[in-house]
Amino acid sequence: MPPLLDVRELSVVFQRKGTRPVTAVDGVSFTVEPGQTVGLVGESGCGKSVTSLAIMGLLPRRGNKVTGEVRFEDTDLLQLRPRDLRDWRGRDIGMIFQDPLSSLNPVIPLGVQVAEVLERHQGRTRQAALKQARELLDAVGIPDPARRLKEFPHQLSGGMRQRALIAIALACKPRLLIADEPTTALDVTIQAQILTLLKELVDDSGTALVMITHDLGVVAGLCDTVNVLYAGKVVERAYRHDLFAEPRHPYTHGLLQSVPRLDVDRGERLHQIRGSVSDNIPWPEGCAFAPRCDRVVDDCIGETVPLEPTFRAGALRCANPVPKEVAV
Amino acid sequence: MTRPGGLATLADHKRKRIDELIARTTEPGGVSLIRDAGRRLLRNPTAIVGAVLILLFLIIAIFAPLVAPHDPVQRFPELTKDLTVDSIPGATAGHPLGSDPLGRDFASRMIYGARQTLFVGVLATLIGLLLGVLLGALAGAIGGWVDAVVMRLTDVMLALPSLLLAITLVALARQSTQWTVIVAVAVVNVPIFARLLRGSMLAQRESDHVLAARALGVKRRDIVLRHMLPNSLTAVIVQATLTFAVAILDAAALSFLGLGDPDINRAEWGLMLGVDGVRYFEVRPELAYFPALAIIFVALGFTLLGESIREALDPKNRR
Repeated sequence: MPPLLDVRELSVVFQRKGTRPVTAVDGVSFTVEPGQTVGLVGESGCGKSVTSLAIMGLLPRRGNKVTGEVRFEDTDLLQLRPRDLRDWRGRDIGMIFQDPLSSLNPVIPLGVQVAEVLERHQGRTRQAALKQARELLDAVGIPDPARRLKEFPHQLSGGMRQRALIAIALACKPRLLIADEPTTALDVTIQAQILTLLKELVDDSGTALVMITHDLGVVAGLCDTVNVLYAGKVVERAYRHDLFAEPRHPYTHGLLQSVPRLDVDRGERLHQIRGSVSDNIPWPEGCAFAPRCDRVVDDCIGETVPLEPTFRAGALRCANPVPKEVAV
Repeated sequence: MTRPGGLATLADHKRKRIDELIARTTEPGGVSLIRDAGRRLLRNPTAIVGAVLILLFLIIAIFAPLVAPHDPVQRFPELTKDLTVDSIPGATAGHPLGSDPLGRDFASRMIYGARQTLFVGVLATLIGLLLGVLLGALAGAIGGWVDAVVMRLTDVMLALPSLLLAITLVALARQSTQWTVIVAVAVVNVPIFARLLRGSMLAQRESDHVLAARALGVKRRDIVLRHMLPNSLTAVIVQATLTFAVAILDAAALSFLGLGDPDINRAEWGLMLGVDGVRYFEVRPELAYFPALAIIFVALGFTLLGESIREALDPKNRR
């Protein structure tokens, strides 16, 4: 059986007249099996969000060059005409964004916003759609949904707004849900609730989930497999347990070390990765992470370090990986 | 140290407060934006003042024939019998504000002037608003060369002083009627509305909720009409109320320059202020004061109400 989503060599180049082209996503490949939860992890600017927008065809057409393939079942989404792709969005692929307040239209009551997607893709009448919207809000744990339907986004709490957005994204029972940092704008207590809710909903409906996040805690709690992105390329891919037990790429290792832990003495300095994402070298000239890497060797510079398969469907792009025994 | 009675009233007060709170939380939370805005408008003294001014003006305009003591074009020869450049008849019995230089009842002309002013102001504003919104929405929604063409056009129009542009437009028409004035004033305001709307449409196009709507596969037409346009209109609505005042002034200026309706019988505040008011200011300053004050108060009324509407419509001010 083919995977549900097969992203092959996806590249996005931002190109404006008169400026140097910037490669935001550089040959990213990954697959999502039906019902699976896949994480895309990396720090700000590594290309996570651009990848998701490219999959959905939501990048502005001007100034961007998107190449590669995004196969959803047997269809290459990148080859679809914009008009046809619109029919897929919201029906087969849902998406949740980071900021729940600004993702809702401030002048339309919540119920109408939920109903809109049902009217659009399932041809419901407004009345039938509103009735279904109430059930959907109920299903995502919004109390008193009949009343909330008539309320406006600013009248809801942050958690409720994100629940509403989840209801909208899942309204047409899509087979794939892309969540772009869905908990970043929320309180920690609400974060846990939203993640639990997401997990339950995708498990119940068999929806596959692509989780885009910089929060390793989210990955640990939710994802089956994880793709670690750096400067637009996948640097490590592994099953969740393997990644946390034995991170092989120095970047992944550094990320995990940077998370505060309760079982480490309080006085001890937290590990940090030197520099920032902008301190990189172009991939064709070596490993982009090399300038920040503690384990840099001669092989890191010169040519692109290839992504080599490791065990159990994993993959690693490193010339001098962290030895297994050193792992956290 | 509390007296039993005091305790009881305190408890009553508390109970009442709690009842109020319960009533508020259980009242259906969803109120339509318009109804909610209306409710807040009624609580806003600024809005009330503005609305009262406009209402007064409207009533006078609509019921002018009933309110006015005389026909505004009827001349009273006995008033102009001993008329010289230095003496314009003041108030006499039956003519509370006296007469104008042609012996017509000034009070009646003021009252009928409300009609004319309202007609020109509202129509010019509405036409300007409609055309401006259409152009601005097209430019903002489609972008690309449509945007470029529309914006260069507005640049050209904005480069000319508005009155000069209006004069040019009136001059283009072979014969001046009040319609040429209305259209000229409307066209002058089109680029302002178009720019304003285009700006907010562009901001909306980049907004998260429009991205979210696109991610749901909402059709482009619906995104523009349901998600972008309603969120962009507030600035335009406020501008429309301000434009109303400007439109009255521009129309008056055109009349003053002799480019308005050539019909000397038409009572219009701008014309009254511009012609008789200026010419006889030394002798009868009332001829200038009353039309000027009328224009100021009408403009003030629309500005106050417009500002309150903006506040009331802003979803962020909702509770």
